[in-house]
Amino acid sequence: MSIYEWMNERIDLDSVKKFALKKRVPIFYGSVWYYLGGVSLFLFMVQVFTGILLILYYQPGAETAYESVKFIISRVEFGWLIREVHSWSANLFILFAFFHMFTVFFAKAYRKPREMTWVTGMILLMLSLGFGFSGYLLPWNELAYFATKVGSDIAGAVPVIGDFALRLLRAGDEVSGATLTRFYGIHTALLPGMFTVVLGIHLILVQVQGMSVPPEIEKIPEEKRKSIPFFPDFALQDAMAWLIVLNLIALLAVFFPWDLGPKADPLASAPAGIKPEWYFMFMFQTLKYIPAHVLFIEGELFGIMLFSIGGLIWFLVPFLDKKANDGIRTPFWTWFGILLIIYMIVLTAWGYLT
Amino acid sequence: MSNLTKTEIKKERRSFLNTILKTGLVAWVASVIYPVARFLVPPKTAELNVNNIDLGLVAEFPKNSSKIVRFGRKPIIVIRKESGDFKALEATCTHLDCNVQFKKETEQIWCACHNGLYDIEGKNISGPPPKPLAQFKVDIAREKIIVSKMDLS
Ligand code: HEM
Ligand code: FES
Repeated sequence: MSIYEWMNERIDLDSVKKFALKKRVPIFYGSVWYYLGGVSLFLFMVQVFTGILLILYYQPGAETAYESVKFIISRVEFGWLIREVHSWSANLFILFAFFHMFTVFFAKAYRKPREMTWVTGMILLMLSLGFGFSGYLLPWNELAYFATKVGSDIAGAVPVIGDFALRLLRAGDEVSGATLTRFYGIHTALLPGMFTVVLGIHLILVQVQGMSVPPEIEKIPEEKRKSIPFFPDFALQDAMAWLIVLNLIALLAVFFPWDLGPKADPLASAPAGIKPEWYFMFMFQTLKYIPAHVLFIEGELFGIMLFSIGGLIWFLVPFLDKKANDGIRTPFWTWFGILLIIYMIVLTAWGYLT
Repeated sequence: MSNLTKTEIKKERRSFLNTILKTGLVAWVASVIYPVARFLVPPKTAELNVNNIDLGLVAEFPKNSSKIVRFGRKPIIVIRKESGDFKALEATCTHLDCNVQFKKETEQIWCACHNGLYDIEGKNISGPPPKPLAQFKVDIAREKIIVSKMDLS
């Protein structure tokens, strides 16, 4: 008796198999988009794997964190590789998650019945940014120190809950060793746990509802549309994409290492040319050009309001773009997406060029 | 009472029990969340009560230079101008909390984070900072630099 049969007698694997084999992937001009979510998933798995390896040597604490990362990259065999892969894969992870989000947006895949898939996806993106923000502090270098000061100070400017949020994030009034311990816990326990649960829901929804196609393709009669089975055809293509991405990470890790930079020093001036991670750059750049006061509100608060409202609209797109349910593309939402991308690219480029 | 039917009594009893259950559930959730929320916010550490700090001899502080030092828990920036006068200001930018730096060439104070600029008196003159930097008092006593809090009088 094979293991499969043995288990099948006990938990009815046949029905799971039947379900898996039923799934098909539509083939049309946009089929490559279907790789993006899968690649994001793969990169998350790389993060979990390399992150757990890093935990084995990393020591949080203002006196030990920087030293332990230095130890990892200079003394531990292949330590440099593990850290580089974790850093590069983190960046690609966010990049692919953004790509994935925008393709899904323009394909209008969020329309009924997939609203919850969009919402869980947005939660995953927020958690990913949280991973990036909390992980960035862990090496306890100069850049990370000031980035965290700025980031947590922004939280402190939120009306009513600001003070509470700031102390909650910093574990005190200043960014200190206590903040580092807290970020370590958030980065390696809280976020992985939350992410795994939401990711599970996101993937179950995708499995149960199948792949969506853009409204134009949906209008073609079912028999005329092309598709391939998910198992094994598409799964193999997915594996191929993952392999390519893994090679890309290896190349980047070897040829473009991330600098550790000088250790954080609470009594140093913020260095010229200080920048946040690229995915926060467009917000950073916006904050730089909002004047000290806009009407009667402080510029800082104005910026926060701008991004909260923008974020909320984006979060609720499936419920605001009602026409999408009937397969209609409203120019408003198309332009909203296009302008958002242009805004993000222009401000990011601007931030790096000036 | 007597004119209530059996099912009506049952219904009433059920909704009563439901209310009790729901209240109990809410109370239970609150009694879990409250201590957790309190746990997450660290205890206030006593403000280090520093009234003044001694920065050493005047002669050892070069003209047209600056130093960031700790005043209690806060960093402050102490500047010696070209003229030889001293100036002490809080070192954290009023915009988003970065540590500022002294620009020798222009005798201004600059914040690298979002290009905020203050004049030597700590007044915000351009960029995003919304407020001036808080002032500290500098006294010279027996050739020593003593920085203390501004008295509010
Ligand atoms: C279970 C999952 C994860 C674990 C256990 C983990 C663990 C760690 C540890 C121990 C460090 C400190 C070592 C170091 O700084 O090199 C670190 C750094 C970092 N992590 Fe993670 N991580 C996880 C997932 C992620 C994810 C999903 C991201 C995605 C954005 C991420 C982004 C970062 C970044 C940007 C750093 C700083 C890297 C550096 O400059 O050295 N991590 N992580
Ligand atoms: S923190 Fe100083 S200008 Fe923004």
